[in-house]
Amino acid sequence: MTPALETRGLNRRFGALEVAGDINFRMEVGARRALIGPNGAGKTTFVNLLTGQLKPSSGSIFLDGSDITGLSADQRVRRGLARTFQLNTLLRGLTVLENVQLAILEHRKEGGLVLFGARAQDRAAEAAYDLLERLRLDDDALRRVSELPYGRQRLVEVAVALALEPAVLVLDEPAAGVPPADSHRMMDLIDSLPSSMAVLIIEHDMKLVFRFAREITVLVAGRILTEGPPEVIAHDQQVRDVYLGHRKHA
Amino acid sequence: MDIVNLGVGILFDGVAYGMVLYVIAVGLSVTMGLLGIANLAHGVFAMAGGYVALSLMNNAGAPFWLALVASFLAVALFSVVLERLLYRHLYGAGELEQTLLSIGLIFVATAVAHFVFGPLPQRVDIPRAISGQLVFFGQTFPTYRAFLIVVGFLLFVALWLGLDRTMIGARIRAAVDNRSMAQCLGIDTDLLFMLVFAFGSGLAALGGSLGADIVAIAPGYAMEQLVYFLIVVAVGGLGTIRGPFVAALLLGLGDTACKMLVPQFGAFFVYAAVLVVLLLKPAGLFGKA
Amino acid sequence: MQGRAQTLAVMCATRGLRMIELLPWGILIGTYFLLPSYLPLATQIIVMILFALSLDLLLGYTGIVTLGHAAYYGVGAYTAGILAVSGWSEPISGLLAATAMAAIVGLVTGYIILRTKGLTLLMLGMAVTLLLEALANHFNSITGGADGLQGITMPPLLGRFEFDLYGKVGYVYAAVVLFLAWLVCRRLLLAPFGRSLVGIRENPVRMAAIGVPVARRKLVIFTVAAGLAGLAGALSAQTNQFVSLNSLSFELSGTVLVVLVLGGAGRLYGAFIGAPIYLIAQDALAKSSPTFWLFWLGLILIGIVMFSRGGVLGIVDLLRRQLAGLFGRGAAKIGEVL
Repeated sequence: MTPALETRGLNRRFGALEVAGDINFRMEVGARRALIGPNGAGKTTFVNLLTGQLKPSSGSIFLDGSDITGLSADQRVRRGLARTFQLNTLLRGLTVLENVQLAILEHRKEGGLVLFGARAQDRAAEAAYDLLERLRLDDDALRRVSELPYGRQRLVEVAVALALEPAVLVLDEPAAGVPPADSHRMMDLIDSLPSSMAVLIIEHDMKLVFRFAREITVLVAGRILTEGPPEVIAHDQQVRDVYLGHRKHA
Repeated sequence: MDIVNLGVGILFDGVAYGMVLYVIAVGLSVTMGLLGIANLAHGVFAMAGGYVALSLMNNAGAPFWLALVASFLAVALFSVVLERLLYRHLYGAGELEQTLLSIGLIFVATAVAHFVFGPLPQRVDIPRAISGQLVFFGQTFPTYRAFLIVVGFLLFVALWLGLDRTMIGARIRAAVDNRSMAQCLGIDTDLLFMLVFAFGSGLAALGGSLGADIVAIAPGYAMEQLVYFLIVVAVGGLGTIRGPFVAALLLGLGDTACKMLVPQFGAFFVYAAVLVVLLLKPAGLFGKA
Repeated sequence: MQGRAQTLAVMCATRGLRMIELLPWGILIGTYFLLPSYLPLATQIIVMILFALSLDLLLGYTGIVTLGHAAYYGVGAYTAGILAVSGWSEPISGLLAATAMAAIVGLVTGYIILRTKGLTLLMLGMAVTLLLEALANHFNSITGGADGLQGITMPPLLGRFEFDLYGKVGYVYAAVVLFLAWLVCRRLLLAPFGRSLVGIRENPVRMAAIGVPVARRKLVIFTVAAGLAGLAGALSAQTNQFVSLNSLSFELSGTVLVVLVLGGAGRLYGAFIGAPIYLIAQDALAKSSPTFWLFWLGLILIGIVMFSRGGVLGIVDLLRRQLAGLFGRGAAKIGEVL
């Protein structure tokens, strides 16, 4: 079966510094994959390579079997690959509803409309509200993003990505900065993601990782150390060394 | 042999002009790279330097060398005052704000210069020691232009070595790379940036004074020469020392050649060339994308 | 909190025309009847409003800071002027041809310019303007060079309305053109396309992450803005019956930037406020002492940057918020576009 997302020999260097080394990565349709590794391992770099914010030095990336290596970030989104960012990138001056509405308009290829835009906007607003309602964020629909507590903003960031109805969703540390009171909402949201969607999460929060992941990939110094189901990874000596070792030097 | 004469003339004048442009614009490149400030008013520092130096020489009879040093120091000090009062509030601000501030400064400086010194270009009396002609292989070269070329080249080498070899240079490079990290290492980035800004502005003043023979000091200076400084920095690559050197040489040669060979087109070919270069390399010849 | 129907109603209402938006048109109509001797100046103001409006699309809404917008104004002005002098002087088709020409130049130069950013972009805009100015200067047999393009005579508009010496027909002509342009701009800015421009200004990475073809949209708006600037230039050429090299100057680029920022960028009506203030003040003050004018203009610019980034409209907003707080009407301004 064609993997939802695959990389072959993905490589990225900055001069002599290799931040991603020969990564061969596969994710099946409907996967629940977590990407973990010590700080500086290159996890966000890898995600940036996947979603197009960074160009690889060599190697290729395939989305549902098609080569997307040469495509720009926005082109990849239109093919069905969406992501959230480690630091929130919502449009702060706009309301929650407007942020989601924008994403829906673009997803429906109506974002560039000038004529007949009004009807498209109304329909998109409806769809946006429905999505927010499903995620129980509708109370905040008309509030400006800048007025929301940070934990809520992180939830909205995921909502915007969901509005794009991606086949592959990449979440970059979704729980980062979310206070414990709100983190269960984030976990519920992630639990409720459609089973047909392949989801890749970068996370440090091991509780979330072990609750969510069916398979874990461990990245160290830009290369994949090992991969496997959570129980195996939890007892893997190499992984423990890498984490415990780093904790000693922290 | 007329063509050879013409060619040599263009080469010499062009390189001299390029050196002047370099001395003025290198400060802008470093400031831009370091502080991230689009200081379009950089030409004001060059103009001010020219006015200070020439006033000292023409009205107070000061010797050439003293006037140069005085203009460097005076403008460097003045730039620090401006930085503390105005620029520092805009460090995080958008490009539009910085552009508007710079344009406002240019307007004010132009008006003040016009009011204090009048609309005509300032008189330049080159000291006898470096005026006149040199004769090399049957060709005559204005001594002052040769002087400019030597000074420009020495400055370039000094900056290059200074940045690469000294502790201060290392600190500056560190701060440009990663400001917060540099602060963690105990580098006082605030002070560092202020010093670099002052130095860059002082260099502009120096360039303005030295180059007063080629680019006349008049109230419209800051606005008229602006595009040339920007071309040097943009084509050279923002934040570098070497890029602007090459760009300044190319621009100086190109502009001089155009003025002598196709004066009816003005600087048309220069601008067209700039467009082509940036079409092919948007980050400049030596810039990092 | 508000339910579904109410929320959607609020969203819909943000597009509605507010009464105050008719104010400029009221003033324009009033000027025709009440200040007939000032119509030539008023026509100049209308042209400047249109020019600043075109810059607003680019700078205020999309966040592209350029000092080269006069290039397209100049292209429009010279196109209309040269057409008229060469025998094709029907005004409306002249306007359309000039707009198209400016848009084409905008498309080509925009492609090069938009690949860069910051200082480089600023410089390229200037370089384009200077390049065109050098061209216009060189081909002075066609453009009139430094003396300007003279001898433009306009036949009666629509075959019936003679361009009179008092500027009445010119004024109405300009006002109608501005009205149509305003309609187009307003429609464009409230549509999904316009909203995405604001997103591009605020956070281009975010916009790319939701699938917006950022570079393409920027090029589209650049072309539209160039065309509108050309329209303004052409209008100026036809109503003044003269085109000077100033239409292609860096000075003009700076002026229109100041006009827009004075009124408030990104608000659609900044142009309508900034242009009259600037041109009336200039008319009154600059003649006596241009140096004085330049000095105060510079100070005002610095003042705007340090104290009121939003220009006059920014100050109006501030006052509005104070007053609303005072009178207790603190309803959140949802989706405030204009």
